[in-house]
Order: sequence, then C-alpha cells, then structure tokens
Amino acid sequence: MSEVWLILGMFVITFGIRFVMFAFAGKINFPIWMQQSLKFVPPAVLTAIIVPAVVMPMGEIDFSWHNVYLLAAIFSVVISVVTKSLLKTIFFGMLLFLLLKFLMG
Amino acid sequence: MQTSSRATTVKKAEFIGGVKAAIPLIVGGIPFGILFGTLAPSSGLSVWATMAMSLIVFAGSAQFIVLALIAVQAPLEVILLTTFVVNLRHLLYATALVPHISNLSFPLRSLLAFGLTDETFANMSQRYQPSSPLGDDHQFAHFFYLGSMFSFYVSWSSATAIGLILGNVIPDMTSWGLEFAMSVTFIGMVVPYLNTKAMFSAMLSAAIASLYFAYLPNKLGLIVSALIGVAVGLTVVYFQKSPLSQEKQV
Repeated sequence: MSEVWLILGMFVITFGIRFVMFAFAGKINFPIWMQQSLKFVPPAVLTAIIVPAVVMPMGEIDFSWHNVYLLAAIFSVVISVVTKSLLKTIFFGMLLFLLLKFLMG
Repeated sequence: MQTSSRATTVKKAEFIGGVKAAIPLIVGGIPFGILFGTLAPSSGLSVWATMAMSLIVFAGSAQFIVLALIAVQAPLEVILLTTFVVNLRHLLYATALVPHISNLSFPLRSLLAFGLTDETFANMSQRYQPSSPLGDDHQFAHFFYLGSMFSFYVSWSSATAIGLILGNVIPDMTSWGLEFAMSVTFIGMVVPYLNTKAMFSAMLSAAIASLYFAYLPNKLGLIVSALIGVAVGLTVVYFQKSPLSQEKQV
C-alpha cells in the first residue's frame, strides 16, 4: 500500500538528514553558500504553498473580491505583522474566513 | 559510590530541566498537533497513517506540508522530494550540535538524532549558553536533550490522537473550507521571516513563480518555485556584501 511507502520514505529522509551529521560526528563541513541557502528554504517552500492555495482556490487564478481565501489571507498577513503571534493569526484569520464564507455564500 | 550518586542527581536535574524548557513551546505546539490530526483524514490520509506519521516521522512542519500535497494528489516522489527539501534545515541544527554530542555512544546519538526537532534545537541552544541556569558543565546535557525531546514526542503524538478523535466527531471539515486552516497556519509561520531584503526578495519571487508554474505536472511547481526563491535570496545576499569586505577575505 502506498501509505506504507509514504511513511517509510518520510521516515528514512527525515531521520537521514537529522542523523548524518551525528553519525559522522562532525567530520563533514558545508560550504557557506549552502548554509546560507538553507535559511531561505522553509519560507520559500511555505510561500510557494500558500500563494497558489489562496490565489487559485478553485484551480484558476482569481484576484477578485469574490475570492474569500485571498481576502482572508491578506487579512491574516496583517494580523500576523501586527500581533506577531501565530495563534492569534490563526484564530482571527480563520474567524474572518468563516465569516466571509458565510456572508458571501 | 558517592560520585555515581551525584551523577544520577545531575542527570535527573538535566532531564527535568529539559522537560521544563520544553513546556512553553509545547503549549504553543499542541493546537498544531490537534489541527494536524483533525485535517489529516479530510486531506485523504488514513487514521493509522496519520498516527504513524506523528510517531515515526515526527516532523511537524513537514507533516503539514505533506498533507497539503496529499490533498492535491501529488505523487509519492514529489511528496518525498518536498519532505527532503523542507527538512534540510535540520542539517544546520545537527551541525551546530555535533561538537556537544560527538563523544556519546552511537545508539544514543541515533536516538538524539530522531528527536532533533526545531523546538528541541531551540531548547539545546539555550542549554549551551553560558547563562543557562544549569551551568556550563555540559557533561550530562544530553539528558536535558532527552527530557526536551521526550516531552515533545509525547505531546505531539497525543495532540495528533486528540485531533483525530475531534475530526471524527465533526465530519467532512473540507466542505466548510477548513483547508484554509492550513494556509493561515503557514501565513503565521512565514510572516516573521520577512525581516531582511534578501528574505523578502526570496519570498516574493517564490510567490510569483508559484503562480507561473502552478500548472506544471505532478505539483513540481512547488519545488521549482521554492528553488527560485532560494536562488534569488542568495543572489541578494551576494550583492549586499560590499566589495571591500570580500577583498579582505582574499
């Protein structure tokens, strides 16, 4: 079953990355450009997930006022900048999203 | 005899110190474990696979991203490639911790590697600060590590289980748009990164690329856009360095 491969594959990859340095106990060094690029990976990946999810929730690019995903996402960015709190961002972002979805059908 | 009992006391103090250091981060993390357990089945993951992911893979943000990929039916190779890219940052953590753990036994190092999460890395970075309340004798600091990682392991799996139960009580979460919960979670995680020009350029280019490449087969647009973002970020960092400081290095 493919879920077995999913879990097994994710385990091997995740553990492998965490373990490789510990296994060789520091006998490997990374070039500076690689250390610098690793810093950019999580935000770049997350951005590349968020943007299509909220700009094209129905599969096509939708920059209109009817796109509640996009409206709620913009609002969530503002909340996050203002409150700097992850939980508040999720709470208020989700609240506005459900409200807009309810109002706009 | 006396020295060994003193060692036991120190080990215990380190372990408890690790558990205590983990608590604030656990409180913040529990809602995400619950959210993960709630969203997983509606993204198409079975109950056992959801639980197995938290118990065996144990990588919070990668688990969420994989859910988003499963929901859009990305193929296994793409999911695994994404897991690899997303978890690469753990290489940095491991590199930073290696000097402190290289004298430990191989099995113990394996166990510590399994528990190397963002949170435990944060806890350990504080433990190795000279200002740590447990002092700057790090002989048994790996017990602090064990205390932190076990607390996260137990809380993350329990929260996942609670989420699975909740998701079962409230069926078909996706029909009322709860997949937005994932987007808003990621927004909250990503906005704090926006503090340098390089990071801003990286994220803006990843955003534009993700729309341009949205129709690439197998959801490869995600990896392509992320790599473009990283490349742009690196380029900005490169150009920000003054020519003077580069000449000094030569």
